[in-house]
Amino acid sequence: MGETRKITLTVNGSAYEQEVEVRLTLADFLRHQLGLTGTHLGCEHGVCGACTILLDGQSARSCLMLAVQAHEHAITTVEGLAPNEHELSPLQEAFRDNHGLQCGFCTPGMLTTLVEFLRDNPNPTEREVRVAISGNLCRCTGYQNIVAAALDAAKRLQSGSTPRS
Amino acid sequence: MKPPPFRYHDPRTVADAVALLARLDNVKLLAGGQSLMPMLNMRFVQPDHVIDLNRVEGLSFIHEANGTLEIGGMTRQRDLEFSNLVAARCPLMGEAIQLVGHRQTRNRGTLGGSLCHLDPSAELVSVAATLDATVTVHGPNGQREIAFAEFPVAFMTPAIEPNELLTAVRFPLWPKDHGFAFVEFARRHGDFAIVSAAVLITEDGGGRISRAAITIGGLGMVPIRAVEVEQALVGHVPDDNLLREACEACRKLEAIDDIHAPASYRQHLAAVLSRRALERARGRLPSRKAA
Repeated sequence: MGETRKITLTVNGSAYEQEVEVRLTLADFLRHQLGLTGTHLGCEHGVCGACTILLDGQSARSCLMLAVQAHEHAITTVEGLAPNEHELSPLQEAFRDNHGLQCGFCTPGMLTTLVEFLRDNPNPTEREVRVAISGNLCRCTGYQNIVAAALDAAKRLQSGSTPRS
Repeated sequence: MKPPPFRYHDPRTVADAVALLARLDNVKLLAGGQSLMPMLNMRFVQPDHVIDLNRVEGLSFIHEANGTLEIGGMTRQRDLEFSNLVAARCPLMGEAIQLVGHRQTRNRGTLGGSLCHLDPSAELVSVAATLDATVTVHGPNGQREIAFAEFPVAFMTPAIEPNELLTAVRFPLWPKDHGFAFVEFARRHGDFAIVSAAVLITEDGGGRISRAAITIGGLGMVPIRAVEVEQALVGHVPDDNLLREACEACRKLEAIDDIHAPASYRQHLAAVLSRRALERARGRLPSRKAA
């Protein structure tokens, strides 16, 4: 084991203090050290978008950050999107209702990307949604139902049932 | 995948970062990480030391002074995208930034990181070349400035010494009524462009081009200023024939040949995209906007 550092950070609202190897990526830290395997690793060089997380509310690729860089920051992963164990967020519900996923591999990255996007663009066009997810690769759906889910989620969030995440 | 072992340093000041650079060998500077991290993950680079610039104070800013826009090296691409100052005073950068990667990468990627990585297709590199930017670097002997024309010395190699650090970039501003455009051809949105064209023009009272700056990205080993096209435009009214004929000169520029596209195709794109960029920039000149 090489050089290590102690980091403190918040993940999905819980505070952690952990010893990490400095070369460890944030993605591997979340998956292997915290056991949060909802964040998926596809390409591990910043192309597929599956590992997208929110860093202080902004989307970022967790394979392109070191865990030490998350020191004193707040991370949200796909595990942190639902309000509790029994309910989904409106965006997740929209994905389920519109068949916005098939194998589910790209889904955590799609969701975290769209959380930020719909927060900044509550009433997007289809074109804007397609550009927003252009950095997330999906090999199942042809994107059609993901776009439909995102547009549906925007409507649900707008109607203000329970504006979350 | 896992980066190779390295020692990690996270200085808080430019002086500390420069001192570390002076003391250590085989160092990589970590800015936004959107190019270095993939290279580390794939072990294309194996530094003994990584100096993380993300906690260095005073390197993230955008301000206007003396007719220039001065931007800190660690300013995130996201901050350029959402800056009213950039949109109002440097709209070429505002247009180009939309084409840089994706939201997830712009949230982390920095201006200085992009310029130092110096990919010949990188939009911000072309913007800096078009605006004749000046790069400020800090090293053991203090700071020095590098004109962007002298900044690329070879393929993906900037004129920065191993013990120096890019701290800021100054972009001389064009008059408020200039025409601008950034267009590119990429296989998918957010991909590196195969070829791009960045254009700035101004006109005189008679509707003739009074000044022109055109950069072709992705064509050669470094972004190329299309000087012959610029010269063919100045002093003339930019009608369709002039633009088409002037841009033909791009077919003679030296082009790289790789798996993505043969040189002849890149030269064709350079001629077509520079004309399209000029047409769009022309449409933004005051005489055309009024029409």
